[in-house]
Amino acid sequence: MTVLGQLALWLALLLGVWGTVVGFVGGWQQRPELIRSAQRATYALAGVLIVASIGLLVALARHDFNVAYVASYTNRTLPLVYTLSAFYGGQSGSLLFWAVVLAVFGALAQWLTSRRYDHLLPHVAGITSAITLFFVIVILFAANPFERLPFTPADGNGLNPQLQNPGMVIHPPMLYLGYISIAVPFAFAMAALISKRLDTGWLHAIRKWTIVSWLFLSIGITLGMWWAYVELGWGGYWAWDPVENASFLPWLTMTAFLHSVMVQEKRGMLKKWNMVLIALSFMLSIFGTFITRSGIISSVHSFTQSAIGYYFLGFLIFAAIALVWLLMSRMPVLESESQLESMVSREASFLFNNLLLVGIAFSVFWGTMFPMISELVRGTQVTVGPPFFNQVNIPLGLGLLALTGIGPLIAWRRASPRNLQRQFAAPVAAGVIVAVLLLALGMRSFYAMMALALATFVVGTITQEFVRGVGARHRLHGEGYPQAFARLVGRNRRRYGGYVVHLGIVLYFVAFVGQAFKTDIEASLQPGESVDLRSPWGHTYTFTHLGVSQYEELNRFTTAASVEVARNGRRVGIMKSEKRQHVDSFGRPSFEPSTEAGIRSDLREDIYIVYAGSVAGTEEAVYRFTLNPLVWWLWFGGAVLVAGGVVTLWPGASSGAERRRAMAGYAASLTGKGSEVAAR
Amino acid sequence: MKARTKFIVGAVMVAGTVGFLMTSGIKETGVYFLTPSELAAKVQADPSFHDVGVKMGARVVHGSIERDVGSQTITFEVTDGAQMYPVVYRGIAPDTFTDDVDVVVEGRLMADGTFHATSLLAKCGSRYETTPSA
Repeated sequence: MTVLGQLALWLALLLGVWGTVVGFVGGWQQRPELIRSAQRATYALAGVLIVASIGLLVALARHDFNVAYVASYTNRTLPLVYTLSAFYGGQSGSLLFWAVVLAVFGALAQWLTSRRYDHLLPHVAGITSAITLFFVIVILFAANPFERLPFTPADGNGLNPQLQNPGMVIHPPMLYLGYISIAVPFAFAMAALISKRLDTGWLHAIRKWTIVSWLFLSIGITLGMWWAYVELGWGGYWAWDPVENASFLPWLTMTAFLHSVMVQEKRGMLKKWNMVLIALSFMLSIFGTFITRSGIISSVHSFTQSAIGYYFLGFLIFAAIALVWLLMSRMPVLESESQLESMVSREASFLFNNLLLVGIAFSVFWGTMFPMISELVRGTQVTVGPPFFNQVNIPLGLGLLALTGIGPLIAWRRASPRNLQRQFAAPVAAGVIVAVLLLALGMRSFYAMMALALATFVVGTITQEFVRGVGARHRLHGEGYPQAFARLVGRNRRRYGGYVVHLGIVLYFVAFVGQAFKTDIEASLQPGESVDLRSPWGHTYTFTHLGVSQYEELNRFTTAASVEVARNGRRVGIMKSEKRQHVDSFGRPSFEPSTEAGIRSDLREDIYIVYAGSVAGTEEAVYRFTLNPLVWWLWFGGAVLVAGGVVTLWPGASSGAERRRAMAGYAASLTGKGSEVAAR
Repeated sequence: MKARTKFIVGAVMVAGTVGFLMTSGIKETGVYFLTPSELAAKVQADPSFHDVGVKMGARVVHGSIERDVGSQTITFEVTDGAQMYPVVYRGIAPDTFTDDVDVVVEGRLMADGTFHATSLLAKCGSRYETTPSA
């Protein structure tokens, strides 16, 4: 199978070259036979890369340890699901995953896009083929997953135990899907630039792709947080690590793009800015892949340093030059059709939303790259950590949260005082009341109070929209409330789905507030001994060490420590935290022992217990107990956000299926009599 | 004032805020990231450098790790091949912390030449790759 895989990769190289050349030439000369050929090349490219991927999956499933990749990342004791997920667990496999997903997206873009955009599609094929080609080149010449060893080891190295977690099975592919799917809107934007067809056509063509890609990024990042939280055992979910930042950057610019395209659709403004944003998002997605692989920034997440960093650097530089040239040469056709009329308008609030998002992105980029920048400028590396990112981003994030409430409700062009009063009086009042209440209850953290007050304000605006919309339908159409609600959302999916996404974002902010009140204690306890920890909610938790037990399970040797937890003297339950030593099929230890935190969540807070080890030969155990307020709201916010995204994406009445159904109804009414007869 | 001008003023204010937050953030929270040799050179050039919190990236010397679980104190030595420092860390070490790994310790170099770490990060060649089995 690896021979087949290898062959498929070489075919992909040829097809990539063909698709790129024929796509651009076909688009430039508008020759139908070339255009068709470019389109078919994208399908074939996806096909051969799927074959290559199957080749690797089969090698993994068969434990073909003669293949270096299989030997490096799996062993015989590894459960099948993790064996297969090793496909994207290592360097070269993850590149193949990139390539195959990109090729499939490229093919889907050709297949699903309406024929209305035929003038763009050949260029789109050229661009997606070119990017896929780059990945195929890196795989073939620098990181080939099909490379064989001169000998066959009896067993492999196994997969890092920290990656043996359900979150890690879905987190990387989700994030990759997010990264990679940016390439499609990017390809359309570039196709529009190249062909100088800069009407809003390309924006309509990519609307759903943009949301899909943003949604995948959001899911990927959130799952990454969840994985870090349950698996890494330090009690948090976000550490501003370079790799986390690298995934956050394209999310920020895509969020900005998602909003600013609305301004272009509605008012014909921001054309250049949108081009810059989508190009930036794409570049940042490649940049993220680059910094995790090149080793230029030291991160606890990084892959081994290797030469493929240079390939990525080369690609980034080439793409940047091409983009700047393309944009400069198209400047005259990107003129705005209208002007900003008032600062109190939806355009202005979207502009500030964009400024803040890009400002946050810039500070995150700068902070991440600062060790390198300071070394270049001053000769010594200076690093900045979480305090820097929090100090900069909390105020900016709060500004953004406020705009989340203002943007969707304020009028386009110029908001009248009446519009402002009608839309914002009640939500602002709600926010102020919450702020006063929190102050009265003794909250002294300014940022936390502001965040909760603004969150209330945003939830207020969203609730008001739903209540008014449902009420109007109830009055005008006499519909019952549930039906009015369903129709309201169903007929304006983009708008109300958007509100639901905003609600999800608000929940993330609520969860972030909890982090300001996190508290922990470390203790070394004999069996029967206990330690107290006061929760920020005012309860006192008592943790009693019960004992340590050891047993073998599946592919590991486990040492588990049990703790009895009581809240204000009332027993909550028994929690355990484990140390796991993974072993290969000969019983030899693989990797260092890994920690499994004990976590118990409720709406108020998480109890998070880490067993750090025992005093040699005794049952005395060292623990860290953490009380982590409001963490659960993060996962809940993630679910709400996805639900909102699905609502906006749900095929609308204008989709093919609906139209056909409508047409069928029309046909039936014309031939109604006939069918009645036939039915008899 | 025209809306456009007002917007530009607003944009400059936002950019200024971002710039201010960033420069003050770096000034207040930036930490030197040094190798043991660089740290030795800095301290030699300016003895007051002992009081400055730094991050030091180096490799754990094989066999130097001593854990006192009772007091949760870990002592070990780190080196970059040229300069070696003993490190004292109180707290829970990450799973990946073991002989010969690259670590980043944050803390102060005491006058007696020991490095008192307040945080300890260990990097396993890569999280995604195995270390060669011993």
